[in-house]
Amino acid sequence: MTANPGRRGALLLGAAPLLVLALGYVIAAAARHADNPADKILPLPGAMAAAMAGLLFEPDQLSGQYLFWADTLASLWRLGMGLGIATLSALCVGLVIGSLPPVRATLGALVTAIAVIPPIALLPILFIVFGLGETAKVALIVIGVAPFMIRDVAGHIGALPREQVVKALTLGANSWGVILRVALPQALPRLFEALRLSLGPAWVFLISAEAIAADVGLGYRIFLVRRYLAMDVIIPYVAWIALLAVLMDLALSHGSRRLFGWAHMGSR
Amino acid sequence: MLVLKNLWVEYGEKVVLERISLDIVEKSFVSIIGPSGAGKSSLLRVILGQEQPTRGTITLDGEPLPRECGPDRGVVFQRYSVFPHLTVLGNTLLGLEFAASPLTARLFGGTRRAAIAEAEAMLEQVGLADSRNLYPAQMSGGMQQRLAIAQALIKRPRILLLDEPFGALDPGIRGDMHGLITRLWHAHGLTIIMVTHDIKEAFGLGTRVLTLDKRRHDPHAPQRYGAGVVYDLELTRKQAGEVPAPEPGITIDTKVNT
Repeated sequence: MTANPGRRGALLLGAAPLLVLALGYVIAAAARHADNPADKILPLPGAMAAAMAGLLFEPDQLSGQYLFWADTLASLWRLGMGLGIATLSALCVGLVIGSLPPVRATLGALVTAIAVIPPIALLPILFIVFGLGETAKVALIVIGVAPFMIRDVAGHIGALPREQVVKALTLGANSWGVILRVALPQALPRLFEALRLSLGPAWVFLISAEAIAADVGLGYRIFLVRRYLAMDVIIPYVAWIALLAVLMDLALSHGSRRLFGWAHMGSR
Repeated sequence: MLVLKNLWVEYGEKVVLERISLDIVEKSFVSIIGPSGAGKSSLLRVILGQEQPTRGTITLDGEPLPRECGPDRGVVFQRYSVFPHLTVLGNTLLGLEFAASPLTARLFGGTRRAAIAEAEAMLEQVGLADSRNLYPAQMSGGMQQRLAIAQALIKRPRILLLDEPFGALDPGIRGDMHGLITRLWHAHGLTIIMVTHDIKEAFGLGTRVLTLDKRRHDPHAPQRYGAGVVYDLELTRKQAGEVPAPEPGITIDTKVNT
């Protein structure tokens, strides 16, 4: 329970299952290709590289775009907008709900009600209201993750020890001062944590929205080439999405440690 | 200076404190002891302004006490008195920053330098001068309480309220803190009201010891009667150091109202 593998050891241990998985895939793919050289279900790494090279380095004949990069940019823009709006609203609304009991009484039930609606069920409404453009996709991400983030931040702020608020008041603070200097700084690390946890759902909503109505994007491409059983494109795309998600998670976790060192000291 | 007149505190049906009348003299050190649930902390919260009495009045120099917490009454709680996201210096500066700018609650330039000098002088007094850049999570409980005291005193409060401030500390550290609080009490001319569980501490530090307990008890409705002041011992300054701590013999009044 207390054996600590150390930094390098942890990295090696973490990489091992991934390598085993990759090796298992290659063995399975090789076995299938031994039976049927035209197999499409488990493409060999070489086939994937060839298929991806076309998307990566050659402009599309129809649109003149480099599809892989256009897809990545479009998806990241939607994800960034959605998560940005959700984060900002979580900070503002969550902070106010958490610190001011009258606001909590007014808005708390509404946020809870929105949070329990499955966001995908709202997608048709979003498409009808906002059309099939970017707005609906960004809105789905916002509606999907913002209520959770708001509740998380508000809950954290609401649970700050009462003593802290009283102490701030005896130091001459008004309500605004308490929000600004006591609640806000302690909400920020929690917000980063909530954002990290929201990355997964945000990707789900992004891919869903793109699968249903889009003309560019990582999710759109996967669902488009599915018609041709193009596993040689789908698998690298999924791996790319996983890599992007891991990088975002690492950046957030690293950023939080850099910016809010005090919040990571207690866990010694 | 601080006068409580016929104070009652009730939470719905439950009477916590009844008929509390006190006259607290300026620069006195009042210790409040009593069994758990006798309303010691409630009394402190009422004086602090965090809670309102259901009946009775509190006056400070004849003026009614403001009905909310303010900088004229500093406080140190047993825990959570310091802000985890600020360094020692930041925690101490906070009171000056709130006072200087209600909008941004921050100081800049020359005023900030002056405030830092003031905060450092205060940290010197509590023995935290070398720890100015530490965060509370990096400090021991005793250091955190020193910081909480410095943070409160920088506002120059007239009254300092202590709610079991040393209850969570090791006995050795507690002794140091007793010395510190006595020194600061003299240096700043404070009026201190301290709630404690430790009878030795109450008599060792205080110039006056109040014991809160229920005078009456109804076994069928224990919430019916609140606690009052059952002992009110004035210790002259000379005595305060000498009186041996009595046995912790707070007896619950056995006259049962049936």
